[in-house]
Amino acid sequence: MFEALQFEFMRNAVVAGLLAAVACGVVGVYVTVKKIVFVSDGIAHFSFGGVGLGYLLGINPIWAAMAFTLASAIGMGFIIRRTKLPEDTVIGVLLAMGMALGIIFVGLSPGYAPDLFSYLFGNILTVPLSDLILMLVLDGIILTAVIALYKEFLTLCFDEEFGAITGVPVEKLYFLLLCIIALTVVVMIRVVGIILVIALLTIPATLARQFTHNLRTMMLLATAFGAIFTFGGLWLSYVLDLASGATIILLSGIVLLGSFGFSKLRSKARQSAAINE
Amino acid sequence: MNRMSEENLVQLQDIWVRYNGAPVLENINLLIKKGDFLGIIGPNGGGKTTLLKVILGLVHPDRGTVSVMGESPVKGRRHIGYVSQYNLFDRSFPINIWDTVLMGRYGNTGLFKRYDAQDRLAVEQALKTVGMLDQRFHQLGQLSGGEQQRVFIARALVTDPQLLLLDEPTASVDSAMQTEFYEILDHLKQTMAIVLVSHDISAVSIYVDKIACLNRQLYYHGSKEITSEILEATYKCPVQMIAHGNVPHRVLKEH
Repeated sequence: MFEALQFEFMRNAVVAGLLAAVACGVVGVYVTVKKIVFVSDGIAHFSFGGVGLGYLLGINPIWAAMAFTLASAIGMGFIIRRTKLPEDTVIGVLLAMGMALGIIFVGLSPGYAPDLFSYLFGNILTVPLSDLILMLVLDGIILTAVIALYKEFLTLCFDEEFGAITGVPVEKLYFLLLCIIALTVVVMIRVVGIILVIALLTIPATLARQFTHNLRTMMLLATAFGAIFTFGGLWLSYVLDLASGATIILLSGIVLLGSFGFSKLRSKARQSAAINE
Repeated sequence: MNRMSEENLVQLQDIWVRYNGAPVLENINLLIKKGDFLGIIGPNGGGKTTLLKVILGLVHPDRGTVSVMGESPVKGRRHIGYVSQYNLFDRSFPINIWDTVLMGRYGNTGLFKRYDAQDRLAVEQALKTVGMLDQRFHQLGQLSGGEQQRVFIARALVTDPQLLLLDEPTASVDSAMQTEFYEILDHLKQTMAIVLVSHDISAVSIYVDKIACLNRQLYYHGSKEITSEILEATYKCPVQMIAHGNVPHRVLKEH
């Protein structure tokens, strides 16, 4: 692994992994405790429309993807909060429409769409420096918002109704949270891809929740887990010559399922020990 | 402003609320004054929670006027402490008691600001009042239903309310703890008005000073004492209710 670091693409991959781990660790905690996993997945999938538009217009697809994630965050937020349409239906419809738009745009683009696959399933080994800089800036924006509004977001996630009564601007914060999720998606597209983003938004945070009941600690732990999974997956994909994004996700998923199994076994062992006494 | 209106904390006049065309509240008139300890009973789906939400400005009535401390409910609600129904919470949420109660101090701090020493002092006092200070670093989900309910009362108290609204407060409290719970309320009623709603007649105990009955319409049986006659009168509401204890079980007639 270390000899691999002499290559620039490997060094970029490590930086990209770290930047993704921070975003998914911090924001993933909100996504899981507020139970907005499906909305987040909808935002992620919708971004494919942007990737397609990027190809069609000949601009960096990641920029167009960011416009699409932000637009879908605000659009979905608006429909969920202001209309009586069922939330999961709205998400399902918009998610599919975003993907369909992407396919149409790519089809309209002249010639062949290079590394389209890497936007869908990620390729941490091909992240260019310009995208690294964008990821760094987005991480900065995400962290600033979360640090400045920590107590507000805590109230939003725990008890919106009470928050509204005490004067917390819950609806504005909800929209802001969706926009933060949209930016997080952009940070992660290059690493694990549109389809797999949701795994890194949920797995590290869910694993962290088993060890703490403090949101701040949970964010730090989730970031650490995210980094371990990303680097572990990257190393495994390098050794076994597998797709990096998919390897990262499978590794994370297996560890999470393993930890569920372990805690189940442990509580069973405790129960039988208690009975034997 | 004269003295009389200063004593009026909440005034509802001719309130109508409909959900998808079906009336939930009809022609509600209610006056909550300083020092009141009002119990509102009624069946599930009778509009109790909706009534509280109208007072809190969370539900806008189709007709009628609401005044909270002489202001609109959205402005006046900062003077109200609210304890919502127990089952609305995610019990496993990663938060401890201290941080839960601190949440109630938002109105005294505001956007972007940190909670300060004064906020922490208020939290400490509120936790002392409900007897939960020693467990302040426990995770909320590890507490019993009754203990959680006391934490949520503490969270309502740190807002320095003039009125405390409790929605089904004893639903999660086992009967052994109920007396203790009412003693807390009995202590609190010296400094604030209290309104509690419940579908359970036994929840509205001797500690309550006035009783109203709600099933779309409000039947107000204002009284300082709860005598058996008043209980009788309450029962004549168009409310189908199974009573507990020394009140006979029966389905009641319309007014």
